Amino acid sequence: MKTWLEKNFGKAWMAVVFVFLYLPLMFMVVFSFNSTRQDANFTGFSLRWYEALTRDTKIVEGFWLSLKVAAVTGVFSAVLGTFAAFVLVRYRRFLGRTIFSGMVNAPLVMPEVVIGMSLLLLMVGAQNAFGWPQRGMLTIILGHTLLGMAYGMVVIQSRLLEMDRRIEEAAMDLGARPHQVFFLITLPNIFQAILAAFLLSFTLSFDDVVISEFLSGPGVNTLPQVIFGYARRGINPTIYAAATLLIATVTVVIVSYSVWVARQTRKREREMAAAMRG
Amino acid sequence: MTTAVPSPSLTPPPTPSHQGGQVAALPMPGKRFVIGVPYVWLGVFFLLPFLILVYISFVDMGNDIHPFKPIWDSTSGLLTLKYENYWSIFKESEDGALFKTLYVEAYLRSIWYALLTAALCLGLGYPFAYFIARSPASVRPALLMMVMLPFWTSFLLRVYAWKGILADQGVLNQLLMALGIIHEPIQMLYTNVSMLVGMTYVYLPFMVLPLYANLVKMDFRLLEAAYDLGTTPFKAFWLVTVPLSKAGIIAGFMLVFIPSVGEFVIPSLLGGPENIMIGRAVWDEMFTANNWPRASALAVVMIGLIVVPLAVYYHYTGDPAERKA
Amino acid sequence: MADKPAEKVPRERYLETIKLVKRFDEAVAVDEVSLSIGKGEIFALLGSSGCGKSTLLRMLAGFEKPTSGQILLGGQDVVGMPPYERPVNMMFQSYALFPHLNIWENVAFGLKREGLPKDEVQKRTGEMLDLVQLGTYAKRKPHQLSGGQQQRVALARSLAKRPKLLLLDEPLGALDKKLREQTQFELVNIIEKVGVTVVMVTHDQEEAMTMASRIAVMSKGRVLQVGTPKEIYEYPATRFVADFIGNVNLLDGQLSLDEPDRCAVTTRIGEVQVGHGVSGSLGMKVAIAVRPEKVSIAKQRPPVDHNLFMGKVKEIAYFGSYNTYIVATPGGDRLKITEPNGTRTSQLDITWEDEVFFWWDNTDAVVLRD
Repeated sequence: MKTWLEKNFGKAWMAVVFVFLYLPLMFMVVFSFNSTRQDANFTGFSLRWYEALTRDTKIVEGFWLSLKVAAVTGVFSAVLGTFAAFVLVRYRRFLGRTIFSGMVNAPLVMPEVVIGMSLLLLMVGAQNAFGWPQRGMLTIILGHTLLGMAYGMVVIQSRLLEMDRRIEEAAMDLGARPHQVFFLITLPNIFQAILAAFLLSFTLSFDDVVISEFLSGPGVNTLPQVIFGYARRGINPTIYAAATLLIATVTVVIVSYSVWVARQTRKREREMAAAMRG
Repeated sequence: MTTAVPSPSLTPPPTPSHQGGQVAALPMPGKRFVIGVPYVWLGVFFLLPFLILVYISFVDMGNDIHPFKPIWDSTSGLLTLKYENYWSIFKESEDGALFKTLYVEAYLRSIWYALLTAALCLGLGYPFAYFIARSPASVRPALLMMVMLPFWTSFLLRVYAWKGILADQGVLNQLLMALGIIHEPIQMLYTNVSMLVGMTYVYLPFMVLPLYANLVKMDFRLLEAAYDLGTTPFKAFWLVTVPLSKAGIIAGFMLVFIPSVGEFVIPSLLGGPENIMIGRAVWDEMFTANNWPRASALAVVMIGLIVVPLAVYYHYTGDPAERKA
Repeated sequence: MADKPAEKVPRERYLETIKLVKRFDEAVAVDEVSLSIGKGEIFALLGSSGCGKSTLLRMLAGFEKPTSGQILLGGQDVVGMPPYERPVNMMFQSYALFPHLNIWENVAFGLKREGLPKDEVQKRTGEMLDLVQLGTYAKRKPHQLSGGQQQRVALARSLAKRPKLLLLDEPLGALDKKLREQTQFELVNIIEKVGVTVVMVTHDQEEAMTMASRIAVMSKGRVLQVGTPKEIYEYPATRFVADFIGNVNLLDGQLSLDEPDRCAVTTRIGEVQVGHGVSGSLGMKVAIAVRPEKVSIAKQRPPVDHNLFMGKVKEIAYFGSYNTYIVATPGGDRLKITEPNGTRTSQLDITWEDEVFFWWDNTDAVVLRD
């Protein structure tokens, strides 16, 4: 039972918040096609900023670097996140469980400056002691993975908790050894969550500024670092063009994914209903 | 082949939880490996850096190549802890007043704005989450998708967009002038207001999602029961809904507050140059002044400040595996 | 996986548990259970939830490690064997079919783990699916099947490896009533056709009585009685067993006569004569257990000289094929009496508040010590 107040007030509030959420996105999309550098008046339709985008080597290089870093981070995070999720869900009691839990979850809430700084100190210390690693792509990946692992673990942990453990027992009963159980039964059933963890870490890595700044070396600049640099210096509609492309990509991916999931769910429900009847 | 001898009092045996039932099955070496890998990783890349951070906070500032000196003098073998790094945070000089430094101001300011941000997110986000949770089930996935979509586009870019919107020649000013509300552009950018707008904007989904997760599981028939007993919808909301969603509120609040304290990017892009937040202070100390030890001390104090909220957060979100048992 | 070569295990001790104990921290779930189960038997562990039957089953499967005791299968101690090495297979209550594999792959799973050649796997999987009549559904996934069909897949999967022991965990628990009866017989047919030894766990006495050749009634981790369905029903060993299976009237009393072939117990309704000895001491506290259908009821005094009592009819229920009467005695006891609906009923003509006689033969009741 919803009152009239709830219904209409609710819709109004949601609309306002959605406008607030999408305002910057709309703004950038619109003004990426602006023929001049102006920020308030739309002087005419033009693709010049998209052209400028392709010619801006810093942005293009930054893009490719970010892509590589994010991809590697995603993989590392998914793998480590799976390990961590397993540890927390399957092993009740082991030495230092609370510490482990605290360490895994901390990057979720800690300010990034703290994480970035402490990792930088580690890298410098290691550099002084072993002569390695040089600050650059590898160190950025390590830093991003710390964050990605935490987020990934949350996603995978949730799926592990709701998975029916009995199919693992059934597999063992039928002769599968523990590692076979994991690869043949567990992994396929949590695969979606692992994929989600990968995507989440990928996005976080692709978007990260602070940790990248702390851990990057000379000449190594991820895309967010480049954008941050531009942003401190003023408005540059080339950025809007980049943003629009990103928004378009993300929208297409997310919408098609949601539609696909909805379709799969409906298909599954139909099949189950048919089985009940038949 | 039947009963055994009577045995001493038996308490009702527990039904073994299937989550923990794998007692003999997983061989020990496998278990050690699975725990070991993430543990070692976290130990090296989380714990160790933190320990180094604390260590550095006690050493002397060095030169450009080695930004800090080692903690003990290898010739004399003495251990000198430089408490000055910490003292200088709280005291300007030998006879300066306690707690009247720029750093203390920065800490207080950061906490204050973090609180404001969390409060704004709560005020804006709670009804939002509530109304989504109350929407028909068929619409909810679409609404959630719309909430999440901005999150997947770069947060940096979205903050950057606010620069354009709030600039003196920006859209908002032009709009207000066109509507005749103001006659010349007002400075909106590089103020505390713009910073707050940016922070609230970015952290809003972090408040909405835990709230939504909590509200959507709530049994709204409790509300109907309240109406039935004569409460107005408004009162029912405050007496029933809000208390029941306490866990979600606290989780969301902490999820916004804690990272906001140390936020760096948004104050840099949208905030004013004089009112410095602690994230910026650490950065400046590190990269501009090259005073790594003091930067470390600042970071350690920052961690100290968020330890209590962090504990509260852990308490309310807890270890899901343990909660389920 | 060879049996001990020199010893041949007697058929009736194919599966043995010897003083099996399972403790979880302070609580004892299985308390020194020793059972002998014969080859090809269908053996039921019957009891309400928390009695330890599921824990016992899981120990047989290998999912729980016993705190102490032995499990001998074909003479071989399997306690040290992990589940994937034991010649034991289990059919789970929730079926636990692999959702990401189709029916064929589900059934073939165990065979593939054995490393059998491909055509052997094909052959055996096909045989199993035909046995449960699901050959045409081979390519479907579990969620595309109904509950009854899923159960058949689970059965086929658990039989595919030709295990020495098949474990059934509440086999009919997930089915609705209509399917249950039909499935009961189908299951037993298939099991007998294959000839496998079965241990099943259930809380439903009807299920146990119908399907099993022998039943062990369990409570609080211990086995109270083992016997055929008839033995358990007719000659319950304890109060608990008598009360758990079917309906029973229990009358407390004291032993007043004890001879090798008969005894008598003084109860509140009078002296009850029983046609077997008890070998206890006079004055000992015992209980008489007599099933409602063994008691006869009439308004006129019958020509019977023992176990004849009087009371007033307090409640009557008509169940179609039989009637149930609740009769109250002056002493305060209430007994349940059932009579089949036949020509006799019209002669009975009993209604509420009637004073009636009720009696039973001295071989119809049992004396219980606890």
